[in-house]
Amino acid sequence: MDTELILMQLFSGVALGAILVITALGLSIIFGMLGVVNFAHGALFMVGAYAGLWVASLTGSFWWGLLVAPIMIGVFGMAIEYVLIRPLYGRSIDDPLLLTFGLSYVLVEGVRIVFGSDGIPFPTPSSLTGVVDLGVGFFPIYRIFVVGVVFLVVVLLWLGLEKTKFGLIVRAGARDPTMMKVLGVDISKVWLLVFGLGVGLASLGGVLSGPMRSVNPEMGALVLAEAFVVTVIGGLGSLVGSIIAGLLVGVVISMTALFAPEMATIVMFALMAIVLLIRPQGLFGKLA
Amino acid sequence: MTKDIRDTKRNHISRRHVLAALGTGASVVAMPWIARAADDTIRIGFPTPLTGPFAAEAKDQVKSAELAVKQFNDKGGVNGRKVELLVRDDKLNGGEAATRTLELIEKDKVHAIVGSLSSAVQLAVNEVTRARGVLYVSISQSDTINEVKDFSKYTFHEALNPTMTAGAVARHAFKKGTKVAHLVADYAYGHEMLRGFKRAQATIGAETVGEIMHPFGAADYSTFMPRLRSMRPDILCISNFGRDQANSIKQAVDFGLKQQAKIVVPVLLHNQRLAVSPEVFEGVVGGSNYYWGLESQLPSAKTFNDAYRAANGGAIPTDYGAYGYTGVSSLLQAMQVAGGTDTDKVIAALESLKYDVAKGPQYYRKCDHQSVQSVLVLESKKKADMKGDSDLFSIVANEPASENVLRSCTELGFPA
Repeated sequence: MDTELILMQLFSGVALGAILVITALGLSIIFGMLGVVNFAHGALFMVGAYAGLWVASLTGSFWWGLLVAPIMIGVFGMAIEYVLIRPLYGRSIDDPLLLTFGLSYVLVEGVRIVFGSDGIPFPTPSSLTGVVDLGVGFFPIYRIFVVGVVFLVVVLLWLGLEKTKFGLIVRAGARDPTMMKVLGVDISKVWLLVFGLGVGLASLGGVLSGPMRSVNPEMGALVLAEAFVVTVIGGLGSLVGSIIAGLLVGVVISMTALFAPEMATIVMFALMAIVLLIRPQGLFGKLA
Repeated sequence: MTKDIRDTKRNHISRRHVLAALGTGASVVAMPWIARAADDTIRIGFPTPLTGPFAAEAKDQVKSAELAVKQFNDKGGVNGRKVELLVRDDKLNGGEAATRTLELIEKDKVHAIVGSLSSAVQLAVNEVTRARGVLYVSISQSDTINEVKDFSKYTFHEALNPTMTAGAVARHAFKKGTKVAHLVADYAYGHEMLRGFKRAQATIGAETVGEIMHPFGAADYSTFMPRLRSMRPDILCISNFGRDQANSIKQAVDFGLKQQAKIVVPVLLHNQRLAVSPEVFEGVVGGSNYYWGLESQLPSAKTFNDAYRAANGGAIPTDYGAYGYTGVSSLLQAMQVAGGTDTDKVIAALESLKYDVAKGPQYYRKCDHQSVQSVLVLESKKKADMKGDSDLFSIVANEPASENVLRSCTELGFPA
C-alpha cells in the first residue's frame, strides 16, 4: 500500500470528519446547555437542505441559500422551543426526547407532502465544481470549501462562547440555571437562542451536504445516528469533544474503508462501544 | 345500476364475515368457507416498499399495476370477474413483507401476489407463497429465485435477472482487456450483479482490477474514491440500487472519476437520474427492462405509454414501474386463458403464455419460470441533447429475447 494513497485516505477522513462535526455540534450544544436530547436533529438537517435548495432556486444563487436557510430554520427552531419544548422543562429527560422524536416524523412527512418523496437535485455551485490536485491525489473543491466553512463556524462559536458576555451567560446558565435566575438573568431567553442556534447549525449542515448527496426526505435518518455517535464519543455536551470526536470518527471510517470497506458504516458504532467501555463519559465528558 | 348496488352489498357482507371470523379469534384457516368470499372478484396482493429509499420506484410500480387492472376491468374483467389490487407497504423489510403477504393470503384471501422490490425482500415473499401454494409474480431482479433451491412452482419471475442484465451491459460496454473496477453494495442485489458482470467478463476477457463492497444505504462514498482512482480502471462499474446509485455516481463524478473511467451500472434508473442532474449522469451506461423511448420502435410500448399517460396526467412510465404492468398483465392474461383462478390451471397457462404488452415478445421459461425478454442498454444523455424533461436516455442496444443469455436449466440445478 503506497504512502500517497494512505495520505489521501487520511485527508478524505478529515474532510468527512468536518461534515460529522457540523452535524454533531448542534446536537451537542442543545444537550449541553438545555439538557434536551433533540431527536429531530436529523429531520431538521433535512429540512435545512430543502430550505437551502428552495432559497437557492428562488434567488438563483447557492450563497443566499447557504446564508438564509440556516437563519430561517434557526428561527423555526426557536418557535419549536417556545411552543413545544418549553412546557417540558423540569420534567424527565424522556419527555422532550419523545416529543422531538415525534416531531421528526411530522417534519419528514411534511416534506414528503410538499416536495414529494423522490429526491431533488442540488447542483454544486459552479464556482466550486471540479477537483484540485493536493500533490498526493485529487480532491473535490467543494469538499475543501466545506472543511473551510466548518472551521470558520467552529472559530466563531468558540469566540462567541468564550469571549462575549452572552457566551458567559450561556456557560453559566448551563452550570447553574437557578443561580442565574437569582442573579436576574432571563434564562428562558438564553435557552430560546441556544435552541435556535443548535437547529440553525443542523440546517447549515443540511445545506452544505446538499451538493454532495442527493436531497431527499430520508437524508436525515443516518445523520441523526452519526451525530449521536460523535457526541457520545466526544462526551455529551462537550463542544471540544464533538470536534475532536467528529474528526476522529471521520479518519477511522476512512481508514476502515481502505482495508475493510464493507465495515465502513459499522466501524463508528464499534468505536463508540469501545470508548463507552473504557471511558463511559466520553473522551471529553465530565462524570455526572 | 342494480347490479352495482348488489355488488356493493355483497362486498359488505363478505367483509363483515371476515371481521366476524377474526373477531371470535377463530383461525381463519380452520373455517376457510366463512372467509372464502361469496363474491367472485379476483384479488391480487401487491406488497411494495412505498416508504424508504426505493419509494420512488415503488410508487411507479403501483401506478403501472393499477393501470393493468383498470384495463382488464374496463374490458369487463377476467372472464367477467372484476379484478382488485390490494397494495401493501412492505417497508423494504423482509419480515414486514412476509407478514403483509401472509395477511394478504389469510385475511384478504388474495388469489395471487405480485410485487416486492429488492432481491432480499422478494425472497422473503417467495418463501411465504411457496409454503402456502399461492401464485407469485416477482418483479425485482434476482438470480437465486431461478435456482433450484429457491425455486417454487408457484413463482414466476417477471423481472430481468442479474445474469441477463449485467450480461447485456457487459457485452455492450466491455472489450477484451478492459480494466474494470467494481463498487458494489454489500447485499444480495450487489453480490448477484457482481457475479453477473464477472461471468460476462470471463467470456469477454475483461479484467477485474479491484472490488470494493460498500455498506447498503451509505450516504457518503468519498472514502472509497481514492482507492478506486488508484486502481486506474477503464470502467468503474457501480452495482447498487435506488438512492445509493444517485449518491455514489454523484460523488464519483465530484472526485473526477469520470475523466478517468467510464461509469457503468447494471440498471440505469429513471428516477435516480431525475434526482440528480443530467450533467452528473451524462455518459453513464446501464441496463434496463423498459424505457418509454421504446415507443418510437415498438407499437406495444406506444400503446402502454399512451394508456399510462392518459391515466396519470401525462406522466410516462418508468423502468421498475413497467414491471408492475407487465407482471400483472401476464398474470391476468393467464387467468383469462385458464378460465379462472385455479392455481394449477393458471400455472399451466403462464407456462405456455406468449405475451407482448409493453416491450416486445415475452414468455416464461418452463424450467425456472424466468421471463425471457429483451434487455435494453441505455446511455444517459447530455443536457444539450435532451428534447424534453423526460428525454433522459438513448437506447444504445436492445438485446432481443433469447434463452441463450440465461443460465441453462441444468446449470440452475434442474433435471435435464
